[in-house]
Amino acid sequence: MTMRPLPRILGAALVGAALVAVLSMKLNAFRDYQIAEIAVDVTAVAGLTVLTGLSGQISLGNGAFMAIGAYTTALLLLHLGWPFIAVLVIAAAVTAVAGAIVGVAAARLHGPYLAGATLMLGVALPSLANAYPGIFGGDQGLNVVYSAPGFLGVNFPLTRWQAWVCSAVAIVTLVLLANLARSRVGRNWRAVRDDEVAAALAGVNVARARVLAFVVSATCAGMAGALLAVITGLVAPGAFTITLSIALLTAVVIGGLGSLFGAIWGSLVIVLLPTYATDVATSHGLSTTVASNIPVAAYGVVLILVMLIFPQGIQGGALWLLRLLWNKKEGTQ
Amino acid sequence: MKRSHRLRVPAIAVVATAALAVAACSSSSSTSSSPGTSSSPGTSSSTSGSSSAPLTASAPGITATTITIGSHQPLTGPAAPGYSEIAPASAAYFAYVNANGGVDGRTITYKYLDDAYNPTQTASVVRQLVLQDNVYSIFDGLGTPTHLAVESFLNAQKVPDVFVASGCDCWNQPAADPDTFGWQLDYIREGKILGQYVAKHFAGKKIGYFYQDDEFGMDGVKGLDDEIPKSMVVARQTYVPTNTNVGPAVAALRAAGAQVVISFSIPAFTALLKLNSLKLGFSPTLVVSNVGSDAITLSGLLESFAKQGGATVNGNQLTAGIITDGYLPTLGDTSNSWIALFKKIHDQYDAKAPFDGNVLYGEAVAYTFVQAMLKAGRNPTRADLLNAINAGLPQGPAVAPYAYASTDHDGVTGAYIGIITNGALVQQGPVYTTDASATGAVTTYTGAEEQAPASGIPAP
Repeated sequence: MTMRPLPRILGAALVGAALVAVLSMKLNAFRDYQIAEIAVDVTAVAGLTVLTGLSGQISLGNGAFMAIGAYTTALLLLHLGWPFIAVLVIAAAVTAVAGAIVGVAAARLHGPYLAGATLMLGVALPSLANAYPGIFGGDQGLNVVYSAPGFLGVNFPLTRWQAWVCSAVAIVTLVLLANLARSRVGRNWRAVRDDEVAAALAGVNVARARVLAFVVSATCAGMAGALLAVITGLVAPGAFTITLSIALLTAVVIGGLGSLFGAIWGSLVIVLLPTYATDVATSHGLSTTVASNIPVAAYGVVLILVMLIFPQGIQGGALWLLRLLWNKKEGTQ
Repeated sequence: MKRSHRLRVPAIAVVATAALAVAACSSSSSTSSSPGTSSSPGTSSSTSGSSSAPLTASAPGITATTITIGSHQPLTGPAAPGYSEIAPASAAYFAYVNANGGVDGRTITYKYLDDAYNPTQTASVVRQLVLQDNVYSIFDGLGTPTHLAVESFLNAQKVPDVFVASGCDCWNQPAADPDTFGWQLDYIREGKILGQYVAKHFAGKKIGYFYQDDEFGMDGVKGLDDEIPKSMVVARQTYVPTNTNVGPAVAALRAAGAQVVISFSIPAFTALLKLNSLKLGFSPTLVVSNVGSDAITLSGLLESFAKQGGATVNGNQLTAGIITDGYLPTLGDTSNSWIALFKKIHDQYDAKAPFDGNVLYGEAVAYTFVQAMLKAGRNPTRADLLNAINAGLPQGPAVAPYAYASTDHDGVTGAYIGIITNGALVQQGPVYTTDASATGAVTTYTGAEEQAPASGIPAP
């Protein structure tokens, strides 16, 4: 219990990495693809949960930041053919700049006004692809070719490699965010979230803290977009609609606002639940019209349940259960 | 006290869940007659004596008793109205085949998943079908932007990607994508056939184009421009499917004085074009591509859009006079053997859906798949299916032959011109065929159309 934070975070990261490695070897190729999808969402959701949970700002436009990262990746791979690690860094840098620009505007807005502004970003930005079809390929999007490195051998499944790459990025992101949250930056964010005036009186530069939170969140979304581009092989505006931005926010809320572990729970739910619900629905011989709407309904049911039973999200609920068990044990002694 | 409060919240949650479950069940009981996957047990007794080799698991997705195929379809989302009827109609045809001996004694299991017309979801569901469910083939994957997301993946995995539900010319790349085949009349050929008709019947008139700003619309315009002199075209306006405000485009067509408007649009945007024209008192002759002109779908959309805007219109009155083309027999032609067959199967297995152009499409493309499977042999590998299609397929329900060859993966090569009258398409004149090149002529097709087999199942 009294372990210092850094070793504890690194320990958790190692356990996570080992878990991914074992699962990716044991499970089939499609499950590997799902691990990659989950890792992509974890990367984006972690950034958003830090923004919303720690700095107290809301964003309905993180899907647009994912689009920026994805298009940057597609264009660099297509025209310059750089190695992916370099592309990932550039994609993160480009979205960080975009995040700073939006953040400067956002720092002046609160509550519904901020939600409205970021909503506009989420709706409008992907249509730029249609406005400049020569560069962005219009509605068809851009194709991205990405294969496993040669040293793994020709028979190495591509989806396993994708699971590894995405999980590695997600885990590094989580470690960095966990450290950031425990640093002075994280404390400043919480101070700004709880009381701006008090934070300003205490010497915190409120505007800078808010903009920085936006930059961090956008960078995570940009990296997630870059990963999404290479796992799906296509970057098209249809992938970055407002639905995506809302799904990210849903994952934050389901997992537990402000909790990085919660980001993992939330991503598991939004990736696995639709597939599972569809399988259940079709295997029970429901009609198409009903079966195709079951995932949407299941999504709603989970959201309602979590909100009612665990207002702190799944992570909050898990902690509450653990504490309950712990207290029982203490009590019996 | 505190404890009872803690219990109350879960209790509310349980009640809410139960209410939702009840709501879901009540809607399922009303429509549970058409299962999502069609795998009614077939009578495998009809294995013909001509070849008595035992049935083996000759390829992924094929066992001694079943063939499993998959698809991605827009069952929810913006493209769902109309298009969501296609896969259940294909499933209905497969259920009919399964109930009548199956394909060489094997039953077809058709698993189609919802991608909501979102390419990212397409990538995910197709990987599930190929990597986890081990389907033999992807069949009739719907949509140009969606299917482009998986075309290279399917070719890398060597999974037959047959009869894509889109007329994009991009499926015809036999060298780069040997596993992908189109099926419906491609938009370039369609543009040429419509263009030739307009150039001939509306000589000297001012023509305007209205088209979707992607491969679909641009392929269509390419075909139109091959046939219509540039000097006749006074306006070229585009739309994107995500923006329903087509008012400015319609105003520009009107300002240019267009007397004939040719529209390469999906049904929702054909309806918007018509309603916006009405609002502006603009009434050009409307020529619409096949995919955007199903009379029943269009009439329904016109009425519901007008209702949203607080007006009442008669859909059939508004669609009257729309010129379009068709590559399958017209729905109203009840004496046609194909319409009789597909209507019979529809009434038996898919009666909840209206018998419209989407249903006809779904059944006809399923028929073509069964044709190809029977040709691929008794114990086919994946390559056998490709070879069977590359060697050419008999015409089947289409009004013109298929282009299939090892160097050509386009499907139907011709269509007739039709005019919508009283809510139904009426054929005008002969069937025309052409090629997808800029110079190839549009010629009258003289070959006879095939008759549907009495059994409803293609001859091997």
